[in-house]
Formats: sequence, structure tokens, C-alpha cells
Amino acid sequence: MIRIFAALTIALFATLPARAEVDITEVVSPGGITAWLVQEPSIPFMALEVRFRGGASLDAPDKRGAVNLMTGLLEEGAADLDARAFARELEALAASFDYDVSDDSLAVSARFLTENRDEAVELLRKSIIEPTFEQEALDRVREQVLTGLRSDAQDPNEIARAAFNKMAYGDHPYGSNYRGTTDSVTALTREDMIDAHRAVFAKDRLYVGAVGDITPEELGPLLDELLGALPDEGAPQPGPADILIEGGTTVVPFDTPQSVALFGQAGIEQDDPDFFAARVLNQVIGAGGFESRLMTEVREKRGLTYGVYSFLVPQDHAATYQGQVASANDRIAEAVSVIRDEWARAAAEGVTEDELEAAKLYVTGAYPLRFDGNGPIARIMVGMQMLGLPIDYIATRNDKVEAVTLEDVKRVAGELLDPDSLHFVVVGQPEGLETTVAN
Amino acid sequence: MLRLRAALAGLALTVSSFAVHAAQEAVTTFTLDNGMQVVVVEDHRAPVLQHMVWYKAGSADEPVGSSGVAHFLEHLLFKATDTLADGELSATVAANGGTDNAFTSYDYTAYFQRVAADRLELMMRMEADRMRNINFTPQNVATERDVILEERNQRTDSNPRALYSEQINAAQYLNHRYGVPIIGWRHEMEALDMDDALGFYDTYYYPNNAILVVSGDVTPEEVRELADKYYGVIPANPDLPERVRSQEPPQTAERRLIYRDARVGQEYVSRSYLAPERDPGDQEAAAALTLLAEVLGGGQTSYMTEKLQFEQQKAVFSGAFYRGTSLDDTTFDVVIVPVPGLSLEEAEAAMDETLAQFLDDGVDSALLERIKYQLRASQIYERDNVDGIARRYGAALSVGLTVEDVQAWPDILQAVTEEDIMEAARMVLNRNASVTGWLTRPLSEEVTQ
Repeated sequence: MIRIFAALTIALFATLPARAEVDITEVVSPGGITAWLVQEPSIPFMALEVRFRGGASLDAPDKRGAVNLMTGLLEEGAADLDARAFARELEALAASFDYDVSDDSLAVSARFLTENRDEAVELLRKSIIEPTFEQEALDRVREQVLTGLRSDAQDPNEIARAAFNKMAYGDHPYGSNYRGTTDSVTALTREDMIDAHRAVFAKDRLYVGAVGDITPEELGPLLDELLGALPDEGAPQPGPADILIEGGTTVVPFDTPQSVALFGQAGIEQDDPDFFAARVLNQVIGAGGFESRLMTEVREKRGLTYGVYSFLVPQDHAATYQGQVASANDRIAEAVSVIRDEWARAAAEGVTEDELEAAKLYVTGAYPLRFDGNGPIARIMVGMQMLGLPIDYIATRNDKVEAVTLEDVKRVAGELLDPDSLHFVVVGQPEGLETTVAN
Repeated sequence: MLRLRAALAGLALTVSSFAVHAAQEAVTTFTLDNGMQVVVVEDHRAPVLQHMVWYKAGSADEPVGSSGVAHFLEHLLFKATDTLADGELSATVAANGGTDNAFTSYDYTAYFQRVAADRLELMMRMEADRMRNINFTPQNVATERDVILEERNQRTDSNPRALYSEQINAAQYLNHRYGVPIIGWRHEMEALDMDDALGFYDTYYYPNNAILVVSGDVTPEEVRELADKYYGVIPANPDLPERVRSQEPPQTAERRLIYRDARVGQEYVSRSYLAPERDPGDQEAAAALTLLAEVLGGGQTSYMTEKLQFEQQKAVFSGAFYRGTSLDDTTFDVVIVPVPGLSLEEAEAAMDETLAQFLDDGVDSALLERIKYQLRASQIYERDNVDGIARRYGAALSVGLTVEDVQAWPDILQAVTEEDIMEAARMVLNRNASVTGWLTRPLSEEVTQ
């Protein structure tokens, strides 16, 4: 049963904290696998989130894209089933399995009906534990990945992302596309898939969240059935990335009517005591909504863009603070200039009392709205475990936001925001912007 | 595997009866005295709700020459009213921890907020206010016109696939406004002014042309009381125009186009066929087309995927698509993304052979059974996402379907037979009513390579 207590304030800008509370049980299987569970028996299905820390950053040297391609092959043949037989079984169960890889983790998001839960878990087990990586499937999925890479090479947003990451993280895995390059993906072999599988899937990096129509007594054996055969240890994690961002601008010429800009600087770790002050600060500066300073100045007052956003990016091996905007080629220079001014203004002055209160009300009030379904709750619980947060964190999280003071935000703004090191990567034919040379 | 399927067949009845029962329990509908329709979808698991107002007015209702005005007005509705300042509505929603936005389509424009359940009254007060009391300035109009032009830059002009789709649609519709993009043609967007926006507003933004849809932790009684108080007091527009658009004549000529763009990363071939939509009390043809799209090109085990990706290995991707929720004639679409080395001409030939072969082979019964089972299961999964149910009702009622039509739809889908699907295929795969397009790179580039 999910219980979320939202804010009870009626008046605008009242200061009562919003509360969210989810009743989480920790389940340890007979085989020793830990999962967090929220029981929700009113709808006869469950969502299961299984995540492995490391993900695409565990690619071996010269094998960039191996983990991504391996992930794409998990449902393309497993145990006694070839790709088509696997797909038929999955459809016949009306279950859905999503396999998603990113820099920091490989996530398996599954949902299946109570009435055929055992069959669904067995099929999911085959894909995680016993993928076959048949050459025919490998070649077919490789072609899909290469198709995606070809499209990326013509997509201004992807071009900007690639240039920014290379500039920011250099030779660390974060510095290159986790899907690899045309050359690296073309060279991948079946042996590389087996190695990537062995590197990623292990119990020492496993996190599980379950929400739905299942009891703790049922979940334990399910976990052992599904994941009990995993090896104890996988490949070592990469070390921390050096953040190499220096101030300035990089222009990547591309023939398109609208320039895309990605900007960023060093950020703040999620376990930093000042993280919530930074979170509130970013709410004021540019975290979505029409009210942020960036949206007000760049869109609402000047009509320079359809959208401008900033976001904290606290990854496992590096924390950065980034943002993005898109404007016509003859207007992007003004948009960049306005953003730089806002960055400097916030660094110097912090935020106002009204802005702080509005941001805190939003950040606390929006929190309960995230728990809007079995799948989202399962994902949130896995995220909490990966951050090492306590099981009762949800009930206390908003208090931490409430505790942020105007002085905290002013101090953190001064420490975090560094207008001189804010770098813009601009893809397009921007008028009045040129690549600066780093000293 | 055989045993598994037999077991599933036995369970099918359980799924169906549960889902229908649950759906009927969750949804309540009624109409206010001024003609505003109301839909309430209950889910009391968390104290959160979504409040939406849908107007039966979209880009296909725009006056000739003012393309994009429906969407432009949508943007301007976030400006001042007689009682709210510029941006105050969104700021108020955010200060209450909520999120808000809006979207425009061919047949409707909708505004929504997601907030804590105890904020419904505040949302209704503000949404009802901007239904009749919008008060934007010439400065708002000038700035927001720049914003929608940047939106067009971002969504369309920066995206070869979007530009290609515009051309396909324009060629598909000889006489209907669905041939004009929702966001508008640039030259007409640049000329949009206050009179255009207010003209559209004063024609369509009335309670008798709107649907209120509230989903989440709320009861129909609460919604009715508040809706009477805030929306019920707004007078209806007695002069609301009848929703009649110029219709398509018989389409008698196959059309072909080539869109070339240096930014194309992956070339492909697609074809759209003019197709009937869901009509009130008459949804059987649309249901057959919905299942045809699934059988032909819906998933990993569909006919096109089997033939083109697995057996012949000529496609990286292939698919068939149909959206039946539309006021007027819609389209049925097929696409093939060829493997490297295969020309678009060869890809098109392979797709045509596959379509012809499908007409000979007919429907794989086991595949149809899996698809129907998934449709039944989707009614269970959907209960975990009542906002999705709310959007489904909002869209359907906006295109003139009734609550009864929406509730009958799952059973109509289940009743579709293999023969119905093949009849739909023979009807819709008519080259004389189709547009075939190639998305490709410029000629000069090919020469230099």
C-alpha cells in the first residue's frame, strides 16, 4: 500500500513542509539478495527494477560500445530461444522487459501480470543469465546501433553532447559516446559480448526494487530464481574523472537554421552536505518551469528560444552543472550572453527571499508527485539504494530542503557558480560567436 | 511453449472481466448545465491529481491563411488575465509543487496541471478564469511569436524527418486542413497578430466547446461541486460554429515525393494511405485497421519485421502505424529503413513485395491471439496510470466520440476477426490514395562520394 502525504497548505506561499511517505520493506532472499519492496495488491501486476552499477563505463579499452551492444542483445536470443522465439514468448505473456544502459548503470525494468508471474520471471532470467549472443543477432543489432550512430552524427544535439563530453572528461569513459564509434562497434565480436556480460552482471553491484502485487514471502524466492546464478564479482569500476572544463566557447560548424548550445562547469556531488542548497539554487536559475531566471530572461522577456534549462549532473565518477538552449543562428549570441550574465549575477548575489521560498515550495511539493506508479516507485527505490540512502529517507527528504536558508544558497552560489569557467559548446552557424582558445 | 499458450488462453477470460469491471468503476462522466462535458477517473492510492481542460478546437479548425494560430493562442493563454499577471498561473502551480503545460493537435487544444489533490479548487479557479478573461498585450504577442518561431526552428526546421513529414502530409491531403502543419507554415506564423489570436479565442473558448477531465485522488462529487462553481457560471456560446471542415474528394492518383537534406543521417522510404477514422457508433473499421497495424508492423513478431528484418535481412527497421482517434480521415503508414548497401528503390520494392505477400498469406492466428491478449493486459497496466486513461477520454471526446464509444472500444477490438483485418488491408492499401516518400541526401553529395 502506498501512502504519500502531500502538502496540506492551502494558502499560496505558505511554509508548511510537504511530506511524502512510502512504506518500504527490505527483503533479503534465502540466497542473500537484498531488495526494497512496496506492496500494492490493488492491481494484479508488479514492476521490478534491477540495476547493476557500472554500466557502459565498464567497457574494456578499445571496446567502446561493447556493453551497449551487449545490452541490445539480451532479448535477441537466450537459453533455448532464438530472437523470434523470445519475442513471441514475451508477447504471449503480455509482459514488458526494458534493458537500458547508461554511463553509470545497466537497468532492467520489467513489469508482468500476477497470473503468469513465474513464466515471466523465468523468461527474464534467461535474458539476464543465459543470453546466447548468436552471430546472426549480433550482426543485426550491430546494424541498428550503427544506424543510430549515423543519425547522431547529423543531429546538432548529439554533436554538441559529444564535443562537450570530450572537452569535459577527456580520456575517461565519460569523455566518449557509450554507444561507441562506427569503427569500434564494427570491430566488436561475439567474444567481446561475452566479456562485457561478465564485466557487468554480478552480485557485488546489484540493486533491486519491487512494487506491486507480491508479498515479501513470495519475493525472496523470486529473487533467487531470477538472480541467484549471478557471479559474486564483476569488473572493477573506473576511477573518478578529472573535470577538464575551462571557460570559453567552442563552435562546431553545422549547416542548420538554429544553433544548439550546451554549457557547463564543475558541479556538486549528491552526498555533499550542500547538495540541497545547490538543488534549490538550480531551481531558481533554470530547472524547468516557466518561472526560472533563465526562462524568464531568455524566453519570456526576449523570445530568444523555445526552451532553456540548467541541470545538476551528479554522476558516479564526476559531478558537473550543465544547461542547454537553442536559438536561431542570428540570435544565439544574445542568448549566450544573457545566460552568462545570469550565471554571474547569481554567483555574486545569490537569490532573493521570495525566490528561495518559491523554489522550496516547488521542490518539496513536487516530490510526492514523482511516486506516480509502480514502475516509477521501483526506480526511485533503486536510486536511493545506489546512493546509500536510508530506507526511511523519503519521509525526511523534504525536511532537508526546508532546512536550506538564504545564507546557505548565497554561500553555495558563490562557491559553486564559476562564470569564468562556464564553457559553451555551440553547434550551428552562430553569428557573432567564435571558438576561443584556451590558455 | 504449447502448454504455456494453452494456459494463457484459459486465463484470458479472467483478465478481460477484471479489466472491464475496473475501468467502469474508475470512470464517471456528466455534463454541466452550460454544456461542458466532465470526465472523472478515480485512483485513490496517492493524494495527487491531474486537472485538464480540452477545447474542441485545433489547427484544423483555423481560418485559411492563419496556420499556427491555435498553437499560438495556446502559448498566449499563459499570459495575463483580468485577475492574473503574466505567468502567474504557472508560477502559482509551481509554488504549490505542481507542474503545468498545454498541447495543441489537429483536433484539440488541452491545458493541464498535476498537483497535490487538495489544490483542485485553485486550479479550477485559474483555468476557468483564462477560459474567458485572457488579456494579453501587443508586447506579449510580439515576444511569443518569436518563441513559436524558435519552437518551429527546434522541432521542425532542425529536423529533416519533421520537414519530410510536413511534405508527406501536404501531399496526402488535397482539400483537408490536416495537410497544414499544427505549428503552422513559417510565413503565416510570422504574420500572426492579436486579432488572429483573439478571433480564434472568441470563437472556440467556451464551456460548451470544452471537456473537463480530472484524474487521481478525487471523487465525482467533489469535481461536480467545484466545476459548477467555477466553470458552470460561464455562459455558453450560442453561436458556436458547427465543426465542418472541407473534406477530401475521392483520391485517384498515386503521389510520390523525394525530400533531400544534407542532414539526413539515415535514409528511408515511407508511404501513407488515406484511412477512415473512428466514428461515433461506428468504430469497427478503425478497430480492424488498429489490429492490422499491429499484425503487419507493430512489434518484433509482426509480419513485416519477420519478413524484412529476420528472413530477408533487408531492413534495419520496418513498421506500420495507424491512429484512429481523429475527427476526419486519418492515415495508415508503413516504413522501411534499409540495411546499408540497399538502395531506396530496392527497399521500396521489398516493402511492396511484403505487402503483396501479406495479402496472399493472411493473418497468423497465434500472432493475433498474442496481440489481443496484450490489449487485455494493457487495461490492467493502465490502472496504474490514470492520467493515461484521462488523456484517452479527453482525446476521444474532443474528436466527437462519446463516452459509450470509448468504453465499447476494448470489446470492439477483441471482436475483430482475421477476415476483418484482411478486408481492412485490401481497403486501405490503395495506391491511388497514397503518398510514397523517400527521405534522402542531396544529389550532389551522392555524386561526390
